[in-house]
Amino acid sequence: MLAYTLKRLGLAILVALFVSAVAFALLRLSGDPALAIAGEGAREADIELVRKTYGLDRPLPVQYFDWLWTILRGDLGQSLYFRTDVRALIADKLPVTFTIGGLAILFALALSIPLGVLAAVFAGTSIDRAALAVAVVGQALPTFFFALVLMMLFSINLRWLPVSGSDTWLHFVMPTIALGYYVTPPIMRLVRAGMIEVLGSDYIRTARAKGLSGASVVFKHGLRNAVVPVVALAAVQLGYLLGGSIVIETIFALDGLGYLAYQSITHKDFPVTQAVLLLLSLVYVLLTLAADLLNAFLDPRIRVA
Amino acid sequence: MDGTITTPATTPAPLPADAALPKPPSVLRRVGSHPGLVAGLVLLGICVAMALLAPLLAPHDPYAQDLNNRLVPPVWYEKGTWSHPLGTDNLGRDYLSRTLYGARISLLIGLSVMLISGLIGTALGLVAGYFGGRVDLLVNFIITARLAMPVVLVALAVVAMIGGSLLVVILTLGFLKWDRFAVVMRSATMQVRALDYVAAAEAAGASRLRVLAGEILPNVFPHLIVVATVEAGSAILLEAALSFLGLGVQPPLPSWGLMIAEAKSYMFFSFWLIAIPGTALAALVLGINMAGDGLRDVFAPEGRA
Repeated sequence: MLAYTLKRLGLAILVALFVSAVAFALLRLSGDPALAIAGEGAREADIELVRKTYGLDRPLPVQYFDWLWTILRGDLGQSLYFRTDVRALIADKLPVTFTIGGLAILFALALSIPLGVLAAVFAGTSIDRAALAVAVVGQALPTFFFALVLMMLFSINLRWLPVSGSDTWLHFVMPTIALGYYVTPPIMRLVRAGMIEVLGSDYIRTARAKGLSGASVVFKHGLRNAVVPVVALAAVQLGYLLGGSIVIETIFALDGLGYLAYQSITHKDFPVTQAVLLLLSLVYVLLTLAADLLNAFLDPRIRVA
Repeated sequence: MDGTITTPATTPAPLPADAALPKPPSVLRRVGSHPGLVAGLVLLGICVAMALLAPLLAPHDPYAQDLNNRLVPPVWYEKGTWSHPLGTDNLGRDYLSRTLYGARISLLIGLSVMLISGLIGTALGLVAGYFGGRVDLLVNFIITARLAMPVVLVALAVVAMIGGSLLVVILTLGFLKWDRFAVVMRSATMQVRALDYVAAAEAAGASRLRVLAGEILPNVFPHLIVVATVEAGSAILLEAALSFLGLGVQPPLPSWGLMIAEAKSYMFFSFWLIAIPGTALAALVLGINMAGDGLRDVFAPEGRA
């Protein structure tokens, strides 16, 4: 287990470094940041001064390592557009995004596990097909269109929920549904496949032969084993969710990381975009690391692979 | 729950999996006997027909503005007129014509992103699965690093940087979305690689390229088709989301995502402006996904989930 953990940890660190280099290159090569800071129509002398002040006249690799070192010390720089500390800005928006991400994954699990179990227990029947339809439609529905339909229905027609903002918990209902439904299909398919496999296995036959009731077999013996890979997938999906929340947060004007990322991109505020990209990637790397280690802990066969 | 029941279980045993049908003779018969596949192909066919026949079917020029006829509702509303069956948008452009021409953009995106990312991902996956060892480690690292970066965020940043156009969106998505091709092709190749006919070809002195192209590729092809359809659908949704956020295809092109973005300010009084392109998008992606699911059942039933 230790050897596997170290190997997996090494990969995670390498990936994080690689992503940091991409994040740096992507936004530094995008255009002259000095020009963006100085503003349009600035004189050549002013631009030169900005370049010197921000150290933008040094070679790129030097700038990268310098930047990496600053980041590692926890200094994410200054936002060019918001004119504040990036770390404070992100710390301010993080709770909103984590709240909607967490709620959305809970919503997705609450929808996909019962549906997946039902589909597996009644495989091949119309219940199975109905559950599959929920997944197929979820995969085809554009998230932003679904969000607008929800908005029209619950805010405009029924007047139950506020249109946008993040002041009360009611503001989180529609974003949770829109974002949660987006990650439901893959989880549901995995629960169904896992349950079908488990229900066909020998120990389930033994449990039935011992005279255990159907419900007991399905839930106590079946689901407990089928749910292990689901935990890993849910972790990975949570990473996707944080990326997908850009669209949802922008639509509902939820003041989180996604909306911040969108604003920073449209205003060419590269320190903020970089920081969000790094943070989201790091969260994904950590989540997959945790999922892999959990899987290896539960299933020793993985460790030798 | 009670674990010790004295009476035997009365609930019927769940079916193990989809009941296996006796193998029908021809591919065409198998396609025809799969209702989901037929429905998917019909939906997809309608969209392709819309795209190809747009110049014949469109009653007006999709770019022609008519400021005297702004926001005319579709024909099923009281104020609708047959000269604009789906109404007009905020600039008085015929909505039916724009929707028809929009199918061209979505299909072009889906097809070209699928080709670019398919080429990259398949090459990586084949090489990793065939050679294994260090090559596999390297490819695995590239895949992990790519997955760590949220597609939406990176795509938005790249498009904001270079400037939005159809070509930029296609290339950006093409170079970002190869991950699933690589993952699936890698594991499929690993499985095929261990089979006897590959060893036979190698023993007969075939070159590596010949083994890869002549023995392995044809045998992992069913998996490739399934991934390709799913990825085409997801590329179409991504383009729509990017265009919706204003960082994709630019006006006045009739991209369905862009049409929804342009209609957003009018959604409270003219919801059909959003519902029409949104439904078109969902229907196209639904068709593609159903066709993909069906093709998997018909050609690679062992991979069904």
